[in-house]
Amino acid sequence: MPLQIGHTHIELISANMTADAAVAPPRAGSAWKSAGTDGDPVSDGPDAQERHVTIDASRGADAPPELVQLLTPEGERLDHPDYHIELTDDEVRGLYRDLVLVRRVDLEAVALQRQGELGIWASLLGQEAAQIGSGRALTDRDMAFPTYREHGVAWCRNVDPVKLLGLFRGVNHGGWDPTEHNFHLYTIVIGSQTLHATGYAMGVQRDGADAAVIAYFGDGATSQGDVNESFIWASVNNAPIVFFCQNNQWAISEPLERQTRIPLYRRASGFGFPGLRVDGNDVFACLAVTRKALEDARSGQGPTLIEAFTYRMGAHTTSDDPTRYRLASELEAWKLKDPIERVKAYLFKNQIAGQDFFDAVDEEAKALGRDVRRRCLEMPDPNPLAIFDHVYAEPHALIDEERAQYAAYLSSFEGEGR
Amino acid sequence: MKTATLTMARSINEGLRRAMEEDPKVLIMGEDVGKLGGVFRVTDGLQKDFGEDRVIDTPLAESGIIGTAIGMAIRGYRPVCEIQFDGFVFPAANQIITQLAKMPMRSLGALRLPVVVRVPCGGGIGAVEHHSESPESYFTHTAGLRVMACANPLDAYTMIQQAIRLDDPVIFFEPKRRYWEKAEIDLGMDLREAWPVDRAKVVREGTDVTVLAYGPMVKTVLDAAAAAEGEGRSLEVVDLRSLNPLDTETVFRSVRKTGRCVVAHEAPTYSGFGAELAARITEHCFYSLEAPVLRACGFSTPYPPSRLEEHYLPDLDRVLDAVDRSFGW
Repeated sequence: MPLQIGHTHIELISANMTADAAVAPPRAGSAWKSAGTDGDPVSDGPDAQERHVTIDASRGADAPPELVQLLTPEGERLDHPDYHIELTDDEVRGLYRDLVLVRRVDLEAVALQRQGELGIWASLLGQEAAQIGSGRALTDRDMAFPTYREHGVAWCRNVDPVKLLGLFRGVNHGGWDPTEHNFHLYTIVIGSQTLHATGYAMGVQRDGADAAVIAYFGDGATSQGDVNESFIWASVNNAPIVFFCQNNQWAISEPLERQTRIPLYRRASGFGFPGLRVDGNDVFACLAVTRKALEDARSGQGPTLIEAFTYRMGAHTTSDDPTRYRLASELEAWKLKDPIERVKAYLFKNQIAGQDFFDAVDEEAKALGRDVRRRCLEMPDPNPLAIFDHVYAEPHALIDEERAQYAAYLSSFEGEGR
Repeated sequence: MKTATLTMARSINEGLRRAMEEDPKVLIMGEDVGKLGGVFRVTDGLQKDFGEDRVIDTPLAESGIIGTAIGMAIRGYRPVCEIQFDGFVFPAANQIITQLAKMPMRSLGALRLPVVVRVPCGGGIGAVEHHSESPESYFTHTAGLRVMACANPLDAYTMIQQAIRLDDPVIFFEPKRRYWEKAEIDLGMDLREAWPVDRAKVVREGTDVTVLAYGPMVKTVLDAAAAAEGEGRSLEVVDLRSLNPLDTETVFRSVRKTGRCVVAHEAPTYSGFGAELAARITEHCFYSLEAPVLRACGFSTPYPPSRLEEHYLPDLDRVLDAVDRSFGW
């Protein structure tokens, strides 16, 4: 039965989409299988079906009129009056390569988690274009503040993918130097990083630097106080920041309707800055709108909210089981909007790349996957005394005392064959 | 020597001014800190002299104050945030506890967050709810934060400057009912000659019992010690100044000397900072103790309406009662 929400603007699923559809497994042999069916097995009990999805997010796959799109799912180029982009053939091939490689890293990480090598992984499957498009719009001087799912942006910022795995393997809480890459550490508390990004942008403003800041967050985060506070701060300070919301339709099990009654990008107007919605599966459009928003920020025109309309094709994390709350048909609808396939179609149709190129990228992806796997397995467990490292920048007697005590305790077992 | 007789509020103001003069990266952020100079006038005149880019009147959102200060610190600034009243620090608790305290470790030392969070604390000013609290234990319990409390104008002047110079985040408690206490301050003093910021100070020597206090209770305990002297009892008073890290060396030395210890703080007794002190003293000074460590602290209740606060706040008599109980053991 459709869930009665009570807001007339919310479209409920049609009666022929039954809850039974929700428990249908992904199509056999599907490329998405590895990321789509995981976590707790679905109960076969009588109440299992009742808990299943009733809200249909697949309609989002039908581009709403306000969506900025420069490349259709079929690989056709479109023009947009406000967002024009000229890309060389090399650049398009480069974007394709980025998309394929980050998807490969992501799939490898999912597999590593399945094999017990990572504690958990948050897959970016389906969001590659939003991340590569926005990530490639950044200059070296720009600073990015990610959530924990921005593996594609990390790739654009030259963060070694293996370093992303450290956090998920449990050897550290964030293994790269944010100042080296201008890519901040992953932030796990939802939305907290948007304030850091805004403060950083206020610093950029005070430095008079030719730089902008981009803050990543998801649809669920838009309900957080910190995100709303960051909108206010950025607005009243006219801070050089781009708020990049990847609306992937789901905050774990909660559909967009649990977070908002209006399209998210329209929230910006209430805060006093422009907002727009872009096809988040269109890497050209994501690049174009982010580049424009960053230029606006750098030239003193303040913040922009970009809502990248996309879809989380995988589970929230490897611990999640989306079959408990969403329809398989929804995923099928979004697969037709795949961010990589449309670039491939465009390259083919326009004879910018042939089979040799695609084969070479696939080979590179496989090699990258192998390399990431090998170096993940080689990652050593940290020294137990690393617990005490970097808690404080300045000397701290208690930390020093506990470190020494624990070192002595550990050494007391030496020679016991331990 | 450039000395002046200043209130504690003014001493902090002068300390902030000097820190801002010495380092252009030092910023002040908070609600009403600009033209108004803060509700306690601690930042009075600073915006006029340093401009709106360095003394920032923020929107009314405490999480936003701390969150943006973290971003500023990542960019290389040294923000000094004012939380208007103790009870309003809680909307910022997430940013303080999950981000400010932990980000340096998360970065494996690549990031330092020299953010000072000034919090007027404690009761005794007849205020409405949420304006009289002592939330220090929430923060001493959070690794990655330094927590300190000034008790007199001279310490206020030096400690705020030392806190700003530290590369760690600092929660800096200012006892609001002592803002108007006065002392003579040498404004030209060399900070290197100031008392080390993480060291406790024996503010009154004695032989019979050690009384540990910080922030607003130091004066109360000193008054108690003066009164006790008339009764022939010698109280040694230690102003802890820094709660994290804690100068256990000074504390243990005093307790080993006197053999008795009373802790005084305004915060609720249960799970208060006194519990940590009692545990550490028991562990390290067990054979020197003539009596268990006793506490003269706030009741384990919410802070009461102001007409009852004189009953809630441990006063001179409650401190002396705890001292008496220590001797009656």
